[in-house]
Amino acid sequence: MNGRHGSSVIVARDLAAGYGNAAVWKDATFSIKKGEFVGILGPNGAGKTTLFRLLLGLAQPERGEIEIFGEKPRRGNARIGYVPQRHAFDQELAIETLEIVRLGACAGTWGFDLPNEVRRERSNALAALKDVGAEHLAHRPLGQLSGGEQQRVFLAQALSGDTEMLLLDEPLANLDIRREGELVQLIADVVRSLGVTALLIAHNINPLLPFLDRVVYAANGRVATGTPEEVLTSETLSSLYNTHVEVLRDSRGRLAIVGAEEGHLHHD
Amino acid sequence: MTDFSWSLLSDLAAMWQYDFMQHAFEAGTVVAIVAGIIGYFVVLRRSSFAAHALSHAGFTGAAGAVLLGVDPILGLFAFTTAGAILIGILGRRAASRDVQIGVVLAFLLGVGVLFISLYQGYATEAYSLLFGEILGISSADVWTTFIAGILVLVVFAAMYRPLLFTSLDEDIAEGKGVPVFGIGLAFMVLIAAAVSISVQVVGVLLIFALMVAPAASAARLARTPASGMLISIGIALAATWTSLFISFYLPYPVSFFITAITFALYGVVRFATR
Repeated sequence: MNGRHGSSVIVARDLAAGYGNAAVWKDATFSIKKGEFVGILGPNGAGKTTLFRLLLGLAQPERGEIEIFGEKPRRGNARIGYVPQRHAFDQELAIETLEIVRLGACAGTWGFDLPNEVRRERSNALAALKDVGAEHLAHRPLGQLSGGEQQRVFLAQALSGDTEMLLLDEPLANLDIRREGELVQLIADVVRSLGVTALLIAHNINPLLPFLDRVVYAANGRVATGTPEEVLTSETLSSLYNTHVEVLRDSRGRLAIVGAEEGHLHHD
Repeated sequence: MTDFSWSLLSDLAAMWQYDFMQHAFEAGTVVAIVAGIIGYFVVLRRSSFAAHALSHAGFTGAAGAVLLGVDPILGLFAFTTAGAILIGILGRRAASRDVQIGVVLAFLLGVGVLFISLYQGYATEAYSLLFGEILGISSADVWTTFIAGILVLVVFAAMYRPLLFTSLDEDIAEGKGVPVFGIGLAFMVLIAAAVSISVQVVGVLLIFALMVAPAASAARLARTPASGMLISIGIALAATWTSLFISFYLPYPVSFFITAITFALYGVVRFATR
């Protein structure tokens, strides 16, 4: 284990999860330490988002146990900042970005907006936007922002409040290589400077590789975890997929996984 | 009735002498405020088809009430509420509801047609349900509308913050532990109540004119939810008041003027903001 990280914030023992009757994966045992930047990898339908739903208390394990911050997952945990995989935001809406970030503060509260409350929440939201270098987007409608800008905004929303853990579902989807790199760098900076733990679901390992402390690789109904060097090898992935898989490295250290699944290649 | 003189103040004073015009303004004001506010969230949640379907359910309920000799408003409210609960339970995500709503809608309208055919001499009642009859509102109706409107706004204010969160970002709200299903169901019932009181003014078929068109303009203009609600109310009020005034002097239905004004405003906003 890596010495600069603290105690375990997520512990899974013999965990099995699924939707309906079908188990997506089973026998998962792993732990994630405070401050780690974790990549959740694997093909479509391998149950990556299911892991997030377990952590958010939106789904229950089929078997086994999962703990987050030393307790069973529960809905409305203010220590978790969540960015779901998303589709385009409604372009008809002129509501400004700052209001979307402020929404995070509405969780767990009832009643009407009071002017004092709104003023305080808007200034907190602006501070959160500053943290991700996006204060210039505050007054623009969210629907008019680019994919990368929107991801920054959602990151700001997820970080506002008492967030200690980020769950980011495919934040790199639909970004070009340069934006991908910028966003990963930003997330890595946030993880280091604020000491939060980040779990990020991705299809493509390569933009993440320089930053990841740990990999959770879900495939073929099972889960392999460890450092990137431990998991992203021909041996580990071959035994995970139960077929011959080769991990190739190019001269710049980028990976390609060959033989795992039709069309499932990690490449830039 | 007096003729239009182009002296606006004396024209207003002439109109105000009639009780039925006062009642129309009072009920119209309450309805415009409620429809403006609830409508803004209907647009944020993209639930306008649900609002439309609920108004049709209300038509069937009111037709059934007339058939049974009960107050049509009761049938209206019972059916819109039952429809709201059904829609709320059937579809979890607002965006995926149109097929389910369409199926329920077709069935309900069919039942409404049956009720009309069973009731003899029903035509005028049916006409006022479909297109509204604000000039025929009694002072008791005004009170009913006022109290129902206050109730809707109180419930709305109590659930405002989680409603706003789920309306703008249901996935994140769910992740944050907001009870999105319960909020969605409760808001459907609020739509049902708002539709029930709006039907008196614009009727079942023209509900979009007050619940959706002003709010659709507001959604394109407003940078914050608070300003969105205010713009939406402003448009609905302006359209209702202006239409009542015009229709006092011109022999055409109030509903037509309300639809024409809100439609024209949406057209202007649509092209000005693109």
